[in-house]
Amino acid sequence: MSLDYVKFTPGFGKFMPKEYRDMVEHGPFGKKTSVSQVGTFKEILEEHPMCAGCAMTLFIRLAMIAFPNPEDTITVGTAGCGRLAISQAAIPFVYGNYGDQNGVASGLSRGLRLRFGDRPKDVVVMAGDGGMADIGFAQTLHSWFRKEKFTTIMLDNEVYGNTGGQESGMTNKGQVLKMAPLGKKFEKMDMLGMAKVAGCAYVATVVPNNPRRVESVIKKAVLIAREVGPTYIQAYTSCNIEYAIPTDKVMEDAKDVENDRYAFSEYLTDEAKQYLGELYGYKEYLPKPAAAVTKG
Amino acid sequence: MSEALESEVKTNPQGDPITSAPVAPSVDSEKGRKDPHGDAKRQREVSAEYMFFEAPREREFITGSECAKEAVRRSNVDMSVAYPITPQSETLQLIGVLYGEGYVKEFYRGEEEYGVMSAIAGASRAGVRAFTATAGPGTLRGLEPIVSWAGHRLPAVCMFTCRVVNAPLAIQPDNVEIAYLLNSGMLVFHAENQQDLFDFIMKGFIISEKNDVTLPVGVCCDGFFVTHARGYCAMQDRGLKLPARDPYRGSVPVLDAENPPARLSRDAPVQKSNFMAYNIHAVWQQEVWAGVERSRKYINHYMDGLLEAQDVEDADVLLIASGSAAAQSREAVRQCKEKGIKAGLIKIRSLRPFPTNELRELCGKAKLIVIPEFNYVGWLAKDVATAIYGFSNAKIVAGPHVYGGMSMPVEMITDEVECGLTGKKSNTVPESHIMGTVDPAAVAQFMKSI
Repeated sequence: MSLDYVKFTPGFGKFMPKEYRDMVEHGPFGKKTSVSQVGTFKEILEEHPMCAGCAMTLFIRLAMIAFPNPEDTITVGTAGCGRLAISQAAIPFVYGNYGDQNGVASGLSRGLRLRFGDRPKDVVVMAGDGGMADIGFAQTLHSWFRKEKFTTIMLDNEVYGNTGGQESGMTNKGQVLKMAPLGKKFEKMDMLGMAKVAGCAYVATVVPNNPRRVESVIKKAVLIAREVGPTYIQAYTSCNIEYAIPTDKVMEDAKDVENDRYAFSEYLTDEAKQYLGELYGYKEYLPKPAAAVTKG
Repeated sequence: MSEALESEVKTNPQGDPITSAPVAPSVDSEKGRKDPHGDAKRQREVSAEYMFFEAPREREFITGSECAKEAVRRSNVDMSVAYPITPQSETLQLIGVLYGEGYVKEFYRGEEEYGVMSAIAGASRAGVRAFTATAGPGTLRGLEPIVSWAGHRLPAVCMFTCRVVNAPLAIQPDNVEIAYLLNSGMLVFHAENQQDLFDFIMKGFIISEKNDVTLPVGVCCDGFFVTHARGYCAMQDRGLKLPARDPYRGSVPVLDAENPPARLSRDAPVQKSNFMAYNIHAVWQQEVWAGVERSRKYINHYMDGLLEAQDVEDADVLLIASGSAAAQSREAVRQCKEKGIKAGLIKIRSLRPFPTNELRELCGKAKLIVIPEFNYVGWLAKDVATAIYGFSNAKIVAGPHVYGGMSMPVEMITDEVECGLTGKKSNTVPESHIMGTVDPAAVAQFMKSI
């Protein structure tokens, strides 16, 4: 809930919902917080029913800390493990139908722009690999082609975790899973390539064992989506249950997978670079000053 | 020898008689160029009461698609998402024209109906007034999001220009898709003609957004018969529009981050298997249907009742119909009278909520009830029979039915009336579709078969 548009009459603040007051008094609403301060403030996501050692939950938690304007952010998702945690957060979450997230977000972000104009209302889609690359594929791709201005984050655990471990389009070739009894017969879908082809202004891959990097890509993606165009983050968020990763080895696995096939990558259009550089002080994206001409 | 061909000049290829009407020289901008949104900007908001009950109207002879466009023009619609399907395509491309003219503020062509109906859900959650339309296979493709609108308490208006959905593929009128919508929790109106379509869409927005309703409205009509044919439509001045949607009037918060987070989408226990989960879901369903019930007073107020009764006093025979079947039944009543049969017509405007009590009152004295429908399954007959069971001793004929794009000759209906009264065997309606005969097994068979 926005801070700028709701001013409590002194003495009446206590009648606001407690979770909102906590977010203002002890949480990130209205102030800048960072992953390096974790443990010193009340987080948007504090409780969740996820499995012990779930990397996806860590990623969602970090992502929510990184939202540049959490009090004006609306998340959209679909069926899958992720929504069990996202729905516990202290910001609004749309949990609609199967694979509808990018369609809903299209209507939602356009509607909010009609009502609030340039005042940022950040719409962030967070859904799994199945919801995004399989059942919601058409809506994901079309929202990018339409240049819908919101952020799409894939929680890629390379499996249908919530339904009990079936192959998804993002599963690696050869992997034996339910519904892939002989091993998956085709390659992991190249959603990153498709995001670029479809016109995303920002595309990044990330794993959750580097919190500062997660924070950095989320912030950039959400900011760029405000004005430049669609942004896409593909995060490896392992399923330690279906892939039988021991709880204490989850971060180790993330490191291994990062080295194997999930190396950090970041792509920005020139327009996105200029926007971040000029409006949000990302100096690294500003044009380098021309080198002094030296006489030869 | 060849003569130079005259080059073809296309003038306003998407236009229709109303939008392409000559416009007065503009005074909108400094350089004398007309502001394409000028007329839209000059529209004046008036109350729903004034718009529906007092504003003077002028009659135009236009198609149903054009009626839908004119209704949306006057309804202060913020956003529409379009996807083509016969026979709906013309409607949403005309809404596109309205977008070009500034009457609708946001518009795009979606990827397919699932995406369109999802986007309408998003728009409604954002707090804006949204409109879309589809038909037949499109309705079924979009059905998963459509049936979730009511549960999420999303006010919006969707028009259904009914068409065949069964294989083999066809584009013809057949309103079997309404059978699916009846159980979705949305309000469902069935337009007989162009005028109904115009009125139901505009009134639909107002009823949909009432605080104690907060539900989507489906405005159905029979494809082609209504969408593509012209009819008279009396319309208010196009310079008037309904009040904008007040997003904070709804019974659940819109998701604009200006409210405390909406619990609806948040509570994970709803997803679990325990007593609270069952209870929450059960209570929620009850509340959706209670909202449908509470809409009755608004339908009575704005739409002059859930049904319209004509010549029902002293009638031996009642024809009960909705949509295009009501138009055919009206003529059938006239022909019956010529033959000396005392016949009356009940046209049902609102299928959800259903006019149960009204029918119980009106059907008490009838000897014969005939229910013609433009579908195979007879969803209306089932609802009527259920509503008046125990309140009427009439023989009920669930038919005649036409489907797959057939038209319904009036004689089909009058034949059923005569067979029903004389006991002569019908050529088109099987025994099993006639209730109230001496054979209770036939009744049981009917209830089973529909």
